[in-house]
Amino acid sequence: MKTIIKGGRVIDPKNNLDQCLDVLIEEDRIKEIAPQIREQADQVIDASNKIVAPGLIDLHVHLREPGREDKETILSGTRAAAKGGFTTVLAMPNCEPAIDSPEKVRSLNQRIKKDARVNVLVSSAITLERAGQKITDLDSLQKEGVLAITDDGSSVEDSKIMLNAMQRAKELDLLVIAHCEDVFLSKKGVVNKGFTSTKLGLKGISRESEYSRVARDIELAEKSNARLHIAHVSCRESVEMVAKAKKRGLRVSAETAPHYFALDEEAAWSFDTNMKMNPPLRAKEDAESIRQALAEGVIDVIASDHAPHTINEKAIEFDRAAFGVIGLETELAVAITELVNKKILTLFDLIKKFTVNPASIIKIDKGALSPAAVADLVIFSPEKEWVVKKENLVSKSSNSCFLGKRIKGVVEYTFCQGQMVYARQD
Amino acid sequence: MQIFKRKDLLGLEELSKEEIEEILFTAESFKEVSTREIKKVPALRGKTVVNLFYEPSTRTRVSFEVAAKRLSADVINVSIETSSVKKGETLIDTGKNIEALKADIIVIRHGSSGAPAMLARHLKANVVNAGDGWHEHPTQALLDIFTLKEKKGKIKDLKVSIIGDIAHSRVARSNIWGLTKLGAQVKVCAPKMLIPPGIEKMGVKITNDIENALNDADAVNILRMQFERDEKAAFPQELEYFKTFGVTEERLEKAKKDIIIMHPGPINRGIEISSAVADGERSVILEQVTNGIAVRMAVLFLVSQSQEQNHEDHN
Repeated sequence: MKTIIKGGRVIDPKNNLDQCLDVLIEEDRIKEIAPQIREQADQVIDASNKIVAPGLIDLHVHLREPGREDKETILSGTRAAAKGGFTTVLAMPNCEPAIDSPEKVRSLNQRIKKDARVNVLVSSAITLERAGQKITDLDSLQKEGVLAITDDGSSVEDSKIMLNAMQRAKELDLLVIAHCEDVFLSKKGVVNKGFTSTKLGLKGISRESEYSRVARDIELAEKSNARLHIAHVSCRESVEMVAKAKKRGLRVSAETAPHYFALDEEAAWSFDTNMKMNPPLRAKEDAESIRQALAEGVIDVIASDHAPHTINEKAIEFDRAAFGVIGLETELAVAITELVNKKILTLFDLIKKFTVNPASIIKIDKGALSPAAVADLVIFSPEKEWVVKKENLVSKSSNSCFLGKRIKGVVEYTFCQGQMVYARQD
Repeated sequence: MQIFKRKDLLGLEELSKEEIEEILFTAESFKEVSTREIKKVPALRGKTVVNLFYEPSTRTRVSFEVAAKRLSADVINVSIETSSVKKGETLIDTGKNIEALKADIIVIRHGSSGAPAMLARHLKANVVNAGDGWHEHPTQALLDIFTLKEKKGKIKDLKVSIIGDIAHSRVARSNIWGLTKLGAQVKVCAPKMLIPPGIEKMGVKITNDIENALNDADAVNILRMQFERDEKAAFPQELEYFKTFGVTEERLEKAKKDIIIMHPGPINRGIEISSAVADGERSVILEQVTNGIAVRMAVLFLVSQSQEQNHEDHN
């Protein structure tokens, strides 16, 4: 099986490519990238006026399987990923039960093998049942293919346990992903603490509940020399701490989610539960410093923190509603609309944050269109406009904070391991 | 032409000065009804008002009930224990069931901020907020403002101090929105931990000094303590609160002679207010209760007249 993708603007930051080229895929590999490939192919795709990029990588996705298949499954979640242009996602371990043993990883990998439409990387919990008490069997977990460890959804409260886990992670060269939140400071909060919590009469989640934990985890990373990745950075102080850590030469990386640069706390003023996530939407100044951090490279990657929830958990009182929003299907377009079209990032630099950067953080040989590489790629129209509508989402859940928003950037085709896993239909 | 065209009354933040003035003006004309031999007008005859209360309340519920009855509406009271709701049906389902009984107006009191707004988005019935979480209590603020205006003849340029647990008070928030829209100068006074962050952006001054709050005020609105168990630990004894923030005759000596003393009730004698002040001649606490009926009659009448449709299509 041969496919030629003709006449697209190929952007591949890893290989420093940005020009009109043809791409030849043979079986699951990229055979050739060159101007005007004249070879017989089974399939020719016209990519003129479109971007051809390495398949996008999302390091923060909740696929909910096993345990909450009512919210999302490996099948539905990876379909959403393919529609969003993602060919590799890192599944978070806060399933029910949590992914905290080699057996659970093995069983999860079997499900992935059966159902996944794109590459799913597996992470495991740092502590058993994510309870913050006992460190998981990292050595065996790694042997089952775990690349990163995280108690995402919670922070490891006990600093000594976190330090021990990081020291072990360093020995094994596992990535540690930190959900930074001091629950004693954020307790029962549901929106950004400040004018928003005051005006709405809701409990606030303070910025210090986030950045004080960012500070701790950076200190522990320095002590242990582990590779630390700060998840969902939402406020200015966290950005500053990551910037300082990088200057000191620590092995620290950071991600943010589209809602933290595209929206701010005012979106929650209508009590819309689709604007409820943790950390919460922060102030305008925070969104501004997130955008700046993306521009300056302080924040390395954009990840969705795709967190599906059923309508039953969202169509209730704001303080009782579940935290989190879905994001895989809107992520690229929101980033193009808010960052590229507003001249904060070039398209080239944006694609970096979705490809080569996450690949190097999680240490996988992906995120590039090198000859002979596995053919994971996306073809998209950056100028095409669309409106986010519930009925068009392929995720099992529809808790998007961008419903009704007009955004630019439409994925036309997604190829994963040489297979067309998504083609736009309409 | 009616200026107030809303389907619902959810809070004072979203109202214009003109809408607030219209409610006050309408309340003035309804106040007379309660002084008649036969305290009834047929304005809402044939309409059904449901009081849907998720929090215990006597004062507000009875006031709404009396208001609706004086407008000749049929009134049904539904009290739901929040604890049983956790297992039971959702707020939206409950609202839709009540609407299916052909209720015209739902008056809701709920512990979750934003609950009335959510209900209003999903129902065709008019929704009146009778207090939601720490968010708003619009009819209480309207009756406070009505009483103040009756006593002082105006609201503009009046100096009003709100004293007490600002952080946990929906009454404070609604008063701040309403008073500032009508041109009053509002000051909030409480111990630091009971001043919520960013409240100055609502257009108020902040003080932690009770003398400062009382000295040049034309009126004070005194709130009770509502802090929760886990916050209590960090808080001074009740007696200590009275010593530092309680409104007493002594403290009022330096205040304006004609200062108005308001309190949304229920009052805690000897904690936020002394008995002498509560029962004193500057206190209008019971007149507030009387005026509450006229104000709620006005609100029920105005929302029932609105032509606004629910356009949002949520499920």
